[in-house]
Amino acid sequence: MNLTLASADGARLGPEMAALAHSPLAIRGLTVSYGEKPAVFSVDMTVTAGAMTAIIGPNGAGKSTLLKAALGIVKPLSGSVTVFGKPLAEARGRIAYVPQRASVDWDFPTRVIDVVTMGLYRELGLLGRIGAAHKARAMAALERVDMDGFATRQIGQLSGGQQQRVFLARALAQGADLYLLDEPFAGVDAATEKAIIAVLKTLRDEGRTVVAVHHDLSTVRDYFERVVLMNVRKIAEGPVDEAFVPEYLQEAYGGRLATAQIDQLSLAGA
Amino acid sequence: MNTAEFVALTLSPLLISVLSAVTCALPGNFLVLRRQALIGDAISHVVLPGIVAAFLVTGVVSAWPMLIGAAGAAVVAVVLIEAVRRLGRIEPGAAMGVVFTAMFAAGVLALEQSDTSSVHLDVEHALYGNLESLIWLDATGWSSLWDPVALAGLPPELGRIAAVCLGVAAFTLIFWRPLKISTFDEGFARTLGIPTATLGIALVVVSAVAAVAAFDAVGSIIVIAMFICPPAAARLMTDRLEMQIAWSVGFAILSAVLGFILAGYGPLWLGGSNAVSAAGMIATVSGLVLALAAVFGPCRTRSGASAQG
Repeated sequence: MNLTLASADGARLGPEMAALAHSPLAIRGLTVSYGEKPAVFSVDMTVTAGAMTAIIGPNGAGKSTLLKAALGIVKPLSGSVTVFGKPLAEARGRIAYVPQRASVDWDFPTRVIDVVTMGLYRELGLLGRIGAAHKARAMAALERVDMDGFATRQIGQLSGGQQQRVFLARALAQGADLYLLDEPFAGVDAATEKAIIAVLKTLRDEGRTVVAVHHDLSTVRDYFERVVLMNVRKIAEGPVDEAFVPEYLQEAYGGRLATAQIDQLSLAGA
Repeated sequence: MNTAEFVALTLSPLLISVLSAVTCALPGNFLVLRRQALIGDAISHVVLPGIVAAFLVTGVVSAWPMLIGAAGAAVVAVVLIEAVRRLGRIEPGAAMGVVFTAMFAAGVLALEQSDTSSVHLDVEHALYGNLESLIWLDATGWSSLWDPVALAGLPPELGRIAAVCLGVAAFTLIFWRPLKISTFDEGFARTLGIPTATLGIALVVVSAVAAVAAFDAVGSIIVIAMFICPPAAARLMTDRLEMQIAWSVGFAILSAVLGFILAGYGPLWLGGSNAVSAAGMIATVSGLVLALAAVFGPCRTRSGASAQG
């Protein structure tokens, strides 16, 4: 699949082109449908470089689907994706992806270190030998998430939080500039959540860009600088103070959040 | 039995059964891990009418027409499944079950009705294989292995299965990394630029070629045992895919050798007079190996940490 900016979009976006070319991830008019109803409808999104962005919205809002479409895992009906101003296919080496932990079978016969080494595939290719430098990088990635003691464990023996750290280590081994994470805090223990957010903040401080589908509204203000609020369509996008506000939350979640809750969330950081 | 007899009567069918078992076990590892093990079953059923059709068209039992026939049958199967699913409005699993068994039955009927007396192709062959007839009559002893004239008399099935086995092994080796990554985590594999859909189809095609090549030796029904039993038993012995492949090859060889010997001599040892079907015995042994692995294998306990997030 080759996604490029459609010429019509290009014309319309004229003044915005410079910003687009520098954005780690720019999505325009993205629509994805699994059946007859679209899961994601005409979403525009321009990720800010060197920041942490949360994609939030209710269940079934198409958050994961948006991420998967941006990565070319699912095929969109229409729309365009550019990564650092280039089509996705030319920028794969600059992206790392952390899928939902529940999306794979952890009984798969492999060890922790082997999973992390998968992150080096683009460098190793089909038959490249795994040298000492590669092994060192995989171990360093494991150390960053405090899992170096588990390198030779079978992945099924890990707790949920440990599995999530291994997935993050695999992404770290990729040495990417843009990190896309799908619910990295789902079902993990408090210690793992702390460890993961610390690693993500370090990535940001190194000038890398982090985008995460996020579920827990109470931590949005603590963890992220920017928010994309969506429910099939994009409702708001911007700094937390501007986009994570009662008006938009109400629009995204409808009756699913009590007004009192919404007020509490949006005032928490003020 | 003396050496000359062993080389002439046993060596060739034994090698063919070993190679067949290994050829199917290699892709079987990935099929089992992808929860697609029944694709092996499906392939083994669907290819029969294709093989029969190829024979009816060409009048000979030879590799390429058989492969093309099998491939054609697979395409027909896919179209039929989709048609049954949509027109009958039933779930995909049931649609597949109906199509596979119906096509296999059609193959058996077509085989019965056609005149195949001149070649080694009949219903029994289709079900149980043809191992016992794949002998090397030109051999007079081990020295025949260096005798070009005698070697020319080797059953062509041996060369065919050896070539396919090599091809399957090469496929597994060359595409090891993408196969492993996409079997474990397909979404992640795609973000690496691995063409997972193409790779998945390639795996099925390789399995189909393996099934057709092993058809001569163990028949179309028993092929399924070779796809599933050695890999499933191997999974219970280790927690590393690399080791699992090695174990599966070992189990495949063990099942083939042990099954072949037991079929030939087992009844004699028990006082009977006739040998039993080698293919049937090989499948039985592979099933026993799996049962033993399930009871005694060191990695048979599934981890408590579930994949549910």
